[in-house]
Amino acid sequence: MKKKSKEEIIESSIADSKNKDTQPDAPLKLIVNGKRLDGRRPDEIRPIKIEAGVLEKADGSAYVEFGDTHALAAVYGPREMHPRHLTEPQQAVLRVKYDMIPFSVSDRKRPGPDRRSIEISKVIREALEPVVFLKNYPKTVIDVFIEIVQADAGTRVAGLTAASVALADAGIAMSDMVASCTAGKVDGVVCVDIDGPEDNNGEADLPVALAPRTNSITLLQMDGQLTRKEYDQALTYAIDGCKKVYELQKEAIRKKYGQITQFNGRGEE
Amino acid sequence: MTNMKLHKQNRELAIPGELLAEGDFLLGEGTFSEGGKIFANILGLVDTKEQFIKLIPLSGKYVPAPRDLVIGIVEDIAFSSWSIDVNSPYKGILGVANATERFIDIQSEDLSKIYDMGDVVLAKVINVSQSMQVGLTMRDRGLYKLRGGRMISISPTRVPRVIGKKGTMVQMLKNATNCKIVVGQNGRIWIDGENPNIAIEAIKLIEAEAHTQGLTERVKIFLEKKTNKKIAEVPLIEDTVQQRGEME
Repeated sequence: MKKKSKEEIIESSIADSKNKDTQPDAPLKLIVNGKRLDGRRPDEIRPIKIEAGVLEKADGSAYVEFGDTHALAAVYGPREMHPRHLTEPQQAVLRVKYDMIPFSVSDRKRPGPDRRSIEISKVIREALEPVVFLKNYPKTVIDVFIEIVQADAGTRVAGLTAASVALADAGIAMSDMVASCTAGKVDGVVCVDIDGPEDNNGEADLPVALAPRTNSITLLQMDGQLTRKEYDQALTYAIDGCKKVYELQKEAIRKKYGQITQFNGRGEE
Repeated sequence: MTNMKLHKQNRELAIPGELLAEGDFLLGEGTFSEGGKIFANILGLVDTKEQFIKLIPLSGKYVPAPRDLVIGIVEDIAFSSWSIDVNSPYKGILGVANATERFIDIQSEDLSKIYDMGDVVLAKVINVSQSMQVGLTMRDRGLYKLRGGRMISISPTRVPRVIGKKGTMVQMLKNATNCKIVVGQNGRIWIDGENPNIAIEAIKLIEAEAHTQGLTERVKIFLEKKTNKKIAEVPLIEDTVQQRGEME
């Protein structure tokens, strides 16, 4: 029931945006009575689900859901680098591949890397590099594959959140985790963790990644326009969101490894 | 002694970046310090005793260290050496000088007659250079080519548990199953003898429950049930080849 009502809201928002094309001055109603289309307050994140170690064959993996955005990350390595000439003699190379599965969006996405996914791969790699102890694994490569299974805005933050959990699951040395969340501006209101309709019809989008231990930002992008004041507000929201995500990341890892110290009941009558 | 404070209990799970302790600890594997504070580097279980603190890793690849006993597979034969896969990101090099007790004349001898591609060898790491060149040797007692038997792979992080304190766990497995068992630090285990299936099942049990309390007792019960014989207390006999098992 809840799902259907959300679909209806999205339908009406699409109708609204069509309306906007014909009448440029018609205001969009993305926020009604201080509540967003899906009923969240501006400072509320979507329901987030994180699961560690979901893939059998990968050295480390994680699955993350930010509402209807679903991302899967797999880590392989440290392993021997191919082609050989790309190895770094003093440290490991981190390779990140972000990819959207063709059915992840409503218009089929042409498979394979494109300008957008190459850029997102690069920013995610640069968001992870400061925390990974690459010097511990000279002459090797650590491969991170991120697949977006379903997209509803915030795919890079969901992917990055998954990648960080997958790296920890693979037993790779890191000085910190990386938690990520977006903020944006919708209908003139600064909101955290914006979803698909808000992203398409909103005014700005600000993805942020945070290394929570040192409170350092490892990814910061902005699409759209914000005033200085709005930017400060959005950044505060995004960082708060990252901290909530961080708690969920820890919980996911504990869920997989937490009971490891206790007897799990096999091998005895 | 004065300004030492633990933020995590012994055997508690630590996630990369989490604060473990403060003060003058001696840091072991999986830890790093910053501004007088000690943080976790990897995902692992806290292991602390007096002034020592380290993490027991729960996942990760095998990284060769000197004096490790490893089970390798011959991958390639070069002019005067063999290249050995040791289940690690780094491949091992076995030079002719370290391959056998006798002298090998590379001019007249065919190296594939000694160790051929696909052969499984028990070797020891002699040195690991800064550029991660892994030197192996087979010139030591108890190092030989493994013929027959079976080989299984487990996570290298579980190897200390399979070996047990002073090798008690493998000793128990050997006695119970009448098998020759060789455990490589790289997670490869070679088994040959009467009841290899029971031994393999027991090893899988150890791998699955590696970090649980009272594991030895449960493995003992498991073996007694499977082999229908009583297992005596295992005397602490050092293995012929020195193995790096658990710390006391």
